[in-house]
Amino acid sequence: MPTYPQETDRYSLQPKKFIVWLFMISSFIFFAGLTSGFIVYSGDSLAKQLNVKMPNAFIYSTILVVASSISLQWAYIQTKRSNFAKQRLGLWLTIALGVAFTCSQLYGWVVLTGLGAFFTSSNASISFVYVFTLFHILHIVAGLILIIGAVISSYKAVPNVLNIFRMEISIVFWHFVDILWIYLYVFLLLNQ
Amino acid sequence: MATLTLNDTHTAHHDHAAHGDHGHHKETFLNKYVFSQDHKMIAKQFLITGIFMGVVAMTLSILFRIQLAYPDESFPLLEMLLGKFAPEGRLDPNFYLSLVTIHGTIMVFFVLTAGLSGTFSNLLIPLQLGARDMASPFMNMLSYWFFATASVIMLATFFIETGPASSGWTIYPPLSALPKAMPGSGLGMTMWLISMVLFVASSLMGGINYVSTVLNMRTKGMDLWKMPLTIWAFFLTAIVGILSFPVLVAAVVLLIFDRSFGTSFYLSDIYIAGQALPNEGGSPVLWQHLFWFLGHPEVYIVLMPALGITSEVIATNARKPIFGYHAMVYSLIGITILSFIVWGHHMFVTGMNPFLGGVFMITTLVIAVPSAVKTFNYLATLWRGNIRFTPAMLFAIGLVSFFISGGLTGIFLGNAALDINLHDTYFVVAHFHLVMGSAAIFGMLSGIYHWFPKMFGKMMDAKLGYLHFWLTFISAYLVFFPMHFMGLDGVPRRYYAFTEFESMSEWLSVNKFITWSAILGAVAQVAFLYNFVYSIFWGKKTVQNPWESTTLEWTAPVEHLHGNWPGEIPTVYRWPYDYSKPGADVDFIPQTTPLSETMSSNLPHDFEGNEESERIQLDWEKENKKELVK
Ligand code: HEM
Ligand SMILES: [Cu+2]
Repeated sequence: MPTYPQETDRYSLQPKKFIVWLFMISSFIFFAGLTSGFIVYSGDSLAKQLNVKMPNAFIYSTILVVASSISLQWAYIQTKRSNFAKQRLGLWLTIALGVAFTCSQLYGWVVLTGLGAFFTSSNASISFVYVFTLFHILHIVAGLILIIGAVISSYKAVPNVLNIFRMEISIVFWHFVDILWIYLYVFLLLNQ
Repeated sequence: MATLTLNDTHTAHHDHAAHGDHGHHKETFLNKYVFSQDHKMIAKQFLITGIFMGVVAMTLSILFRIQLAYPDESFPLLEMLLGKFAPEGRLDPNFYLSLVTIHGTIMVFFVLTAGLSGTFSNLLIPLQLGARDMASPFMNMLSYWFFATASVIMLATFFIETGPASSGWTIYPPLSALPKAMPGSGLGMTMWLISMVLFVASSLMGGINYVSTVLNMRTKGMDLWKMPLTIWAFFLTAIVGILSFPVLVAAVVLLIFDRSFGTSFYLSDIYIAGQALPNEGGSPVLWQHLFWFLGHPEVYIVLMPALGITSEVIATNARKPIFGYHAMVYSLIGITILSFIVWGHHMFVTGMNPFLGGVFMITTLVIAVPSAVKTFNYLATLWRGNIRFTPAMLFAIGLVSFFISGGLTGIFLGNAALDINLHDTYFVVAHFHLVMGSAAIFGMLSGIYHWFPKMFGKMMDAKLGYLHFWLTFISAYLVFFPMHFMGLDGVPRRYYAFTEFESMSEWLSVNKFITWSAILGAVAQVAFLYNFVYSIFWGKKTVQNPWESTTLEWTAPVEHLHGNWPGEIPTVYRWPYDYSKPGADVDFIPQTTPLSETMSSNLPHDFEGNEESERIQLDWEKENKKELVK
């Protein structure tokens, strides 16, 4: 018993973090599948290319999501220094920014429909824009759930290892979702 | 104590076992047999569900074979069984298409993906690597229950008014995208899609777990190059799954939008009953790209675990080290990579740019190289082996046979020009049923016979096993071999009654022959099912290492424990294929035997360049030579 628990401990969290990485890989492949679908589709003829301008709302979204990554990173640094009050502040700020991002994306949809670019367009390149953003928002929601998990453990008296572990997986996943959006946005800008 | 609390909240199950002396947690029927988080139990759940689904899919195939052999006859029994799906005792044409579709879907995904990987990856990854359980036992349990739910939904489509999906296992649009296209395109298709999304979620959770376990939880001494080939195969299969299944989800998501939200990803210029649909601009070929980007890797997801199992069974029962261990691993890696760049060979006749077709043709034919490496290595392992013909061994050899005979026709199909003739004919059906269907099923059966003692602590009856093997082996060839000739004659696949065409009516006799052979094959499975169920309850008790095998799973006690090994996890000192090593006094040396205990059989390369050990070995040899001289 004296040495064993330490060993299991090391083994039981490391593989779980790894699982988060593998999950991100498969989600990235999902988006890679969608964007490749876009390329195959729009490469067919001129009429099938993306012929609307991306709304400015997407620029604001990008700023918001980058800011949220920074605030989360800050919260993580504070956690490591055991500044739990600041950790919570950072986490709440991140959640607020995440929600603001989502609203900004939804506003982007409103702008697009205003331009006559509907989801059920006969040019599926436009439908793709909605699909990209929709599934990205679902990832944001998943990220928010992880962050809320971290918030909860920051209020409860859980062992600090677990607290840090939850922070770590939230942070990795959130940065991933952030980069994912930048990837999608740049992809759309290059193709419009 | 902080760490302990942490373990208990997080991975309740296996850690308890690790310090089992803390007293036992309550084991109820529900958490032992139903919502179990123990990898061995989950493996059995996958196996039994897989076998059940296999029997269902086989029954479906017998039903449509009856239609093909007797297109004009009426079987009142069918009407009794199937009701309005077989009015007046003849299969309804739409229902025929449903049968083919669901047969393919269940066999490819539910039996040969979940049933095969789910069973053997779960059973063997922790046991052969020396881990207490999977990286996340909870996710592992979810993986099974998602699969079980997917199975129920898929089967439930037989009980709805419009019947199951019917546009083939590849569900090409527009048949799959327009709910009105045919009866099966309605609710049946919707349920198919829901079921498959759950299935993919299950596969991903399983696959992610396998990869994480293999990379993080190997016991001491088990470096990657000491892993059995089974583990290599499961590991690479899981990677292929993680990289390809999400693309299927992407394709399905777009299909769902087309079906229910009015988008036009795949739809264009369609008239139903003279009425033009509003959908415009879509591309059905887009679906094929996305689908086959998963679809081709998927066929290797099906095959690779079977190849891994075969490597293990052949080496063990030929009492020889596997020939070319490194080549076996590199060829698996080669197949893994290549499988992602050949999907276009399913699309040669979609009007693809001939240059692109040429590229896909080359990548496709290149896959034959690693496949051939594997085949030759199996044959070389068998060559002058001290073969023990256990049922598992027969099935493994059967796999090699099917892999060769089916792989050869792949080379025909891989030629873009030849494929113009052969595409969508029975030649393709023959090809993939031999190379994928029969080969992978034989790998799976081989694994079941081989690891049954590990799973259930009992032995299966060998005589029934031989009967099962020979009947199945012969009937598989009798069923699929004639299909090559039908295909060369241009007989199209998925036709309800092609023998009604004048030019193909002569094939009716062959169809009858195939159907009776298929029935023979189906009856042979009764021998297996009886043997399987009987042995679980009343079979002979097994000893710990019935096949005299070297790998770690046989060092675990026959009784199943949470955590697999009662004390410490064994350490590994050597590769898994030390069979009949010259100089050793037994014909197998388990991986757990240190080199210091086998001085008489050590070879220079066993020390991996460790000079100290080499010196000790040399000293020992000098010493012993002296003794011999005296
Ligand atoms: C030597 C290697 C192989 C080559 C060159 C090859 C080539 C091909 C080609 C070109 C096709 C398309 C035929 C057509 O639709 O016109 C095909 C179909 C197929 N192959 Fe292979 N193949 C090989 C090995 C395999 C293996 C190892 C498996 C499975 C384990 C497999 C499973 C399938 C399946 C399932 C289909 C039919 C899919 C469908 O249309 O329903 N093949 N193969
Ligand atoms: Cu293929």
